[in-house]
Amino acid sequence: MEVLAYLIPISLFLGGVGLVAFIYTVRSNQYDDPEGDARRILSDEWDDKPKP
Amino acid sequence: MTAQLTSGTAACPGCIASPAEPARPIPQDVQIALSLPGIHCSACIATVERELNAHPGVESARVNLTLKRAMIKAAPDLRAVDLIPVLERAGFEAHELDPGALSATQADKAGRDLLMRLAVAGFASMNVMLLSVSVWSGASDATRDMFHWISAAIALPAIAFSGRPFFANAWSALRVRRLNMDVPIVLAIVLALVTSLWETALSGEHAYFDAALTLTFFLLAGRYLDYRTRAAARSAAEELTALEVPRAIRLVGDAEEEVAVAALNVGDLILVRPGGRMPVDGEIVSGQSELDRSLLTGETLPVFAEAGLNVSAGEVNLTGPLTIRATAVGEDTSLHRMADLVAIAESGRSRYTSLADKAAKLYAPGVHILSALSFLGWYIYSGDIRTALNIAAAVLIITCPCALGLAVPAVTTAASGRLFRKGMLIKHATALERLAEVDTVVFDKTGTLTSGAPELTNLGDHSRVDLEVALALAEASSHPLSVSLAKSAREAGIKPARLTGVVEVPGYGTEGSRQGQSVRLGRAAWAGADEGNQTAAWLSIAGQEPVAFLFSDSLRPGAAEAVQAFRDVGKEVLLISGDTQGAVQGLAEKLGIENWIAQALPQDKAARVQELSEQGRRVLMVGDGLNDTAALAAAHVSISPASALDAARVASDIVLLGNDLAPIADACDTAVKATKRIRENFRIATVYNIVAVPLAVAGLATPLIAALAMSTSSITVSLNALRLR
Repeated sequence: MEVLAYLIPISLFLGGVGLVAFIYTVRSNQYDDPEGDARRILSDEWDDKPKP
Repeated sequence: MTAQLTSGTAACPGCIASPAEPARPIPQDVQIALSLPGIHCSACIATVERELNAHPGVESARVNLTLKRAMIKAAPDLRAVDLIPVLERAGFEAHELDPGALSATQADKAGRDLLMRLAVAGFASMNVMLLSVSVWSGASDATRDMFHWISAAIALPAIAFSGRPFFANAWSALRVRRLNMDVPIVLAIVLALVTSLWETALSGEHAYFDAALTLTFFLLAGRYLDYRTRAAARSAAEELTALEVPRAIRLVGDAEEEVAVAALNVGDLILVRPGGRMPVDGEIVSGQSELDRSLLTGETLPVFAEAGLNVSAGEVNLTGPLTIRATAVGEDTSLHRMADLVAIAESGRSRYTSLADKAAKLYAPGVHILSALSFLGWYIYSGDIRTALNIAAAVLIITCPCALGLAVPAVTTAASGRLFRKGMLIKHATALERLAEVDTVVFDKTGTLTSGAPELTNLGDHSRVDLEVALALAEASSHPLSVSLAKSAREAGIKPARLTGVVEVPGYGTEGSRQGQSVRLGRAAWAGADEGNQTAAWLSIAGQEPVAFLFSDSLRPGAAEAVQAFRDVGKEVLLISGDTQGAVQGLAEKLGIENWIAQALPQDKAARVQELSEQGRRVLMVGDGLNDTAALAAAHVSISPASALDAARVASDIVLLGNDLAPIADACDTAVKATKRIRENFRIATVYNIVAVPLAVAGLATPLIAALAMSTSSITVSLNALRLR
């Protein structure tokens, strides 16, 4: 049962990582246009950096 | 901050060229927002962005496909009106949105706030569920207590944070001594936490931390769906820029000054340029022109205007500058009297109780009584307050409205999403339910069934020379008939004749000379012909009989299909218009509408709609003009196109974004299906309660049963809603 002493903190930590990641995505506007983003990956015109 | 900016300006190399006026703020890029109801794929995104970025002055343009709009960063002198034709040429319909109203929704604080709370509740419930599963699968004694304490440590702060919206709502309801859906929710959550803490402290077997958290999570999910659906529609509908004139040009002596409409007084002289809208009621003092009254009265034919004629606020000046003397300003104008009519119609509208409210009214007291009874019963039977409280908490948790909270929002989200893809915005929460009940449909004519723009009907009857001359004359004017004539002629491949000295005579037409002969295009009498009973522009070439170019109001795309679809499902269709007998009859016959009323005043329209409602009919009103506003407000449910006046859009429940009318019939179908799903969902939730509540009252419910009942019912309800897509 000592294993619980490790497992519980680990599971809480992993859950926390998920939560922090989610908050980051919300704050950086990644849910503003889910439909458009899904289509944009098919486009030849990349827009993650300035065009040459 | 200011100091930094100023020094930054001085250091910027671009500003050295203009060292004068250092105090003037740097011209900032403006944000332009356009609504694009027609976009649907990645090719659309690419085309729109390419076209916009290629336009001079545009700094960057980005399309948001989810909201179907484009945000454009542009040079300060660029206006949305410059960009709309660019997109129209590329084949996309575009409307301007008000960026001021937009910036408020852009940040969308409330939505984000809910999403954060949802995330925290989700995170906490997953962790606590993990610990609870080990308890259910046999952890005992010290291990179980430890798990319960860890659960409590996670659940208490998580609920304190994520349950805030419910606590706030319940508190505000209780303060005015009312019950709403949130009161039983808060009671269940708080009672579950208190008994669980108590049990944990006494090393008890059952703790409901996981149930309290999943409850919060599911209910927040419902709240969030509900919020998102409504926020998206509400903002988009409100942001469509107002068409009303906020400013007017006042003449003081010989000087012109631009003032806010609110600052005008009776007796002021006001200049209205061609294309401008009358800001106040008044009398024409000088100038000649034609007036478009279609938005106020539904008349398609422009009215000749000269000194002495009375004009009403909202009419559009077409050809020549007019000076008017204000006779009524502000709240006395006919525009405002129209708004009063709306207020009266709205106060008469029966307040509709939504299905969710009806359910809540039955549900909230029922749950409280049931839970109190089981507490009392068990207390009397066992004499143990701990057991009695435990069972009362179990009853509250199991009956708690997870499925009820999701039943309506899940369906409306799916339905609104489906309608949004077809170009309709649901502005009002209960609009779908009301739309489902409709049995009578009332249409307005001008601007609703027709596009409100004249279309040339007899192009083939004219000789090539006539057409060439007419085209040359028409292109010199911005009168709607001229614009339409020029467009049709160009499309037929006609080249304009070479004319000299072409001038527009406001109120009459355009004239010029061709090889020494005078040519005129305009009103019948002016061109030397007799007035017919059809909308026409006459062309006279010296020494020849004048010829008529006939126009009719073109049908909006999808109008015929929409009317046909309504008739097919047995709904009664009416046409009520302010236009002349002939025009209305013609359209009614063309569309096969048997009931039509012409020359209806705004009051008549509203009265007719009210009369129908009193006969027990559920009326759907579709209209766009100011003259429809009162009728829109009086109807059971109302739809207006995006091209409608602001007041009409505000009064209606659903806004049609695209040009096509066909989705209206579809919307009714979707609404019926959505209401059916909502009722099904209520039934599913009830069945779960009927099965689970006796177990809880009998004291047989364990936290495991509570978790199972709650999750299964919530998931079933959501899946049932998704069938609508």
